[in-house]
Amino acid sequence: MNGFFADEDGRFAPRLSLRLRYGRIFQALSLAAVTLGLLLLSILLIDIILDGYKWLRPEFFTEFPSRFPEKSGLRSALQGSLWMISLTAVMAFPIGVGAAIYLEEYAPDNWLTRFIEINISNLAGVPSIIYGLLGLGLFVRGLELGRSVLAGSMTMALLVLPILIVSGREAIRAVPQSVRQASLALGATKWQTIQNHVLPYAMPGILTGTILAISRAIGETAPLITIGALTYIRFDLKGPMDLFTVLPIQIFNWVSLPKAEFQELAAAGIIVLLAVLLSLNALAIVLRNKLQIRW
Amino acid sequence: MQESKLITDAVLLRSRADYDRREAIIRAVLLLFSIVSIFTTLGIIAVLLQETILFFQEVSIIEFFTDTVWTPLFASKRFGVLPLVNGTLLVAAGAMFIALPLGLLAAIYLSEYASDRARKVLKPLLEILAGVPTVVYGYFALTFVTPILQSIWPETQTFNGLSASIVMGFMILPLVASLSEDAMSAVPQSLRQAAYALGATRLEVTLRTVVPAALSGISAAFILAVSRAIGETMIVAIAAGQQPKLTLNPLQSIETMTAYIVQVSLGDTPQQSIAYKTIFAVGMLLFVMTLIMNLISHWLTRRYREVYE
Amino acid sequence: MTKTVRSLLFVFVAASLLLAACGSSATPTPEKVTVVETKVVEVEKVITPTAGPVEGTILVDGSSTVAPITAAVAEEFQAEFPEVRVPVGISGTGGGFKKFCAGETDISDASRPIKESEAELCKQNGIEYVELPVAFDGLAVLVNPANDFASCLTVEELKKIWSPEAEGVITNWNQVREGFPDQPLALYGAGTDSGTYDYFTQAIVGKEGSSRGDFLPSEDDNVLVQGIAGDVNALGFFGLAYYEENKDKLKLVAIDNGDGNCVLPSVETVANGTYQPLSRPLFIYVNRARIDQKDEISAFVKFYLENAKTLSAQVGYVPLTDEIYALAQTRYDKRITGSIFKGLGSTVGVSLSDLLAKEK
Repeated sequence: MNGFFADEDGRFAPRLSLRLRYGRIFQALSLAAVTLGLLLLSILLIDIILDGYKWLRPEFFTEFPSRFPEKSGLRSALQGSLWMISLTAVMAFPIGVGAAIYLEEYAPDNWLTRFIEINISNLAGVPSIIYGLLGLGLFVRGLELGRSVLAGSMTMALLVLPILIVSGREAIRAVPQSVRQASLALGATKWQTIQNHVLPYAMPGILTGTILAISRAIGETAPLITIGALTYIRFDLKGPMDLFTVLPIQIFNWVSLPKAEFQELAAAGIIVLLAVLLSLNALAIVLRNKLQIRW
Repeated sequence: MQESKLITDAVLLRSRADYDRREAIIRAVLLLFSIVSIFTTLGIIAVLLQETILFFQEVSIIEFFTDTVWTPLFASKRFGVLPLVNGTLLVAAGAMFIALPLGLLAAIYLSEYASDRARKVLKPLLEILAGVPTVVYGYFALTFVTPILQSIWPETQTFNGLSASIVMGFMILPLVASLSEDAMSAVPQSLRQAAYALGATRLEVTLRTVVPAALSGISAAFILAVSRAIGETMIVAIAAGQQPKLTLNPLQSIETMTAYIVQVSLGDTPQQSIAYKTIFAVGMLLFVMTLIMNLISHWLTRRYREVYE
Repeated sequence: MTKTVRSLLFVFVAASLLLAACGSSATPTPEKVTVVETKVVEVEKVITPTAGPVEGTILVDGSSTVAPITAAVAEEFQAEFPEVRVPVGISGTGGGFKKFCAGETDISDASRPIKESEAELCKQNGIEYVELPVAFDGLAVLVNPANDFASCLTVEELKKIWSPEAEGVITNWNQVREGFPDQPLALYGAGTDSGTYDYFTQAIVGKEGSSRGDFLPSEDDNVLVQGIAGDVNALGFFGLAYYEENKDKLKLVAIDNGDGNCVLPSVETVANGTYQPLSRPLFIYVNRARIDQKDEISAFVKFYLENAKTLSAQVGYVPLTDEIYALAQTRYDKRITGSIFKGLGSTVGVSLSDLLAKEK
């Protein structure tokens, strides 16, 4: 008998109140963990909002960057970020989910599969600027896409692919075999099973991965500068092959300028960036909540 | 919907062969998607390898791995990479101290204790932490966290490893929390119910049943987190400093491998110089380090993964 | 709509987006150009506002120090010529030259003259360039406002503080000069990969890249401002523009260049050359072949040289003299290629007007 559950005479003693107390302490600890994270987030947000809120006016969104803080705005950076994140999502999502499906459903347990798996987790740790160098050589120069937002998005897609694949795999792995077996028993093919049963059940987890991936891509600076994203753009973005800049680059640039007002502008830019991020996240979350199935 | 489709297929006399062909095509396409990752790795190696080889033609490998001073940008150049590796590992370890336990605890709370409504609100809020751009975190570490550290330990330098570690830990926390929580949500209720039926308290159900069952997902999350910490660039570039040093003191300014790469590639060094080639050598080292780490963790995970049903 | 059809539609839409993208290039991707015969172009050929539409794209990249000036010029230029697009990047002087010598940019911003290895690369790729100075950047030496003893330092003293031998040795203010108080020395400076650092070490220590290692480096001058403002023992250097914006938090140190005169850096002293050796010229490099292909470049360069005087001052830099701007314009009009610094990198104490005048 487990020593913990025995009293001095060796008889079974449930010690329920002690175990429940441990439980309550643990519950408090885990709630504290959540709270600590949210506390840091609030401090960060309050700090930024206080610094930048007075610059949030309509001109901030309609003006291009300027040497005068009062005349500066996020117009080109916002366009660039929105284009970039849309293209990245469009490219990364199918490839990421497809790869996850293959690795979980189709891949035999051989060396190639293991090689691909190790590859993917390794790629998650490669610093983003190396992806920038890769993108520069492959997309900007190799495929001759130039310093376009398309080249930037393709680079970002490669960057976030590992996150998508890893979380997608975990989500698909979590679907019980019984569901698959039932579907196959009814005469469906493997792909029909995946398409109609596995994917819907796994979609919430896949969307979690998508959220994390988008969050990563939208905040990146260094790899995009390496690709050739610009900083001072005073014209509208016209298409995927056009020159571009993104919000983090704009913010990064403003922070390093001497005038104090630019620091505040940077804070305002951060608020906008977070707002864009929040809306994208909210979209994915709404979808995730609708589709979530709890066993 | 499914029945009508099957009936339609039967009526159209779609044969098994048609299905098999379609299945084969789909499988091939999906395999292709998976191989994109291999092409990415090959691309990265190609980008890094050529310059790395050129670098090692001028600098001996022994010096690279054994010298303890890294000054490729100074007039008297020394190429000992150990200080940079030290910086990376020091900051990453600190970040993991925060991200792993707090992330797992947060995941447990969200999965086992929180009500559905609370979960729906708290999980997205935590995920916002992951979305804050790293430059923002970097400046937050420099302008907010460091002064606090300096008031506790006055010998803390303006740039230091600890504030970067702390901030990085919180940035990675949602990664660990979200993925672990997903893994734990997927554990069937029947397992929990069985444990309750045997008289376990909630804590015991969580720690002895759910977490071990979700271990595969949780360890995947951990591995992803460590990789992220080692590869993180901007937070350390802004807050940790540019002084490569061999030290275990997180209150001092240090430089990580990633910060060094950013510093040189966006700086004014001519791109033909030996100093520029160093970034490829450092990048290659980083790549190899994460590869070895992944190999080990991959092996460990495969041994301990649990499958239900 | 079944799920299959929906996903196929999705792929179709994505594919057509991509195809449409590849079809319509909004930006002409610059190809590698081979050398075109250079010919002297008559001055009358320069586009003036009245001579027909000026349109196109001029791609500028390079130093993040020069970028604010170029961006200011671009801002005004694009206001006057809305059909021309002038995007400006900040890949760094080195990164800018790499792209420039690959023919990927039209103009390269540089906080130092082109180095030999970069000039070699340009030559290999057949890229010729016209080098034009556009402004001065003054490097200020600063201390904390509470510091009342270090009002003037000689170059020799600075060298004593910053040379590599000083690492771990010169750690106290009283070692710098007889009579200075017993206070620890806390050093702040530009990041070791910046042109600022290169220039400072060249000017003060005598050798580029040669300095002690135990100072607090930062690429972001605002961080240096904060550091010095908060540390009574501090001594640091960075661009004058950052002092101008933070006058109340810092104290400027006058520099004695060996002649006994303590000179404080200001727009006047940097411009007239009395503040030495810490003022460095900033440049733009223009792709020679593109000048013939794109008329808008000449319009832009003319606008630049005409307006750099006011615009560079507005963003915290020091304008050159009218004489030098005129010499630069002549250099451009004559399409004189190559660097007047002959690949030497940072050169201290050169007189731009002398060098430019030599070419007449």
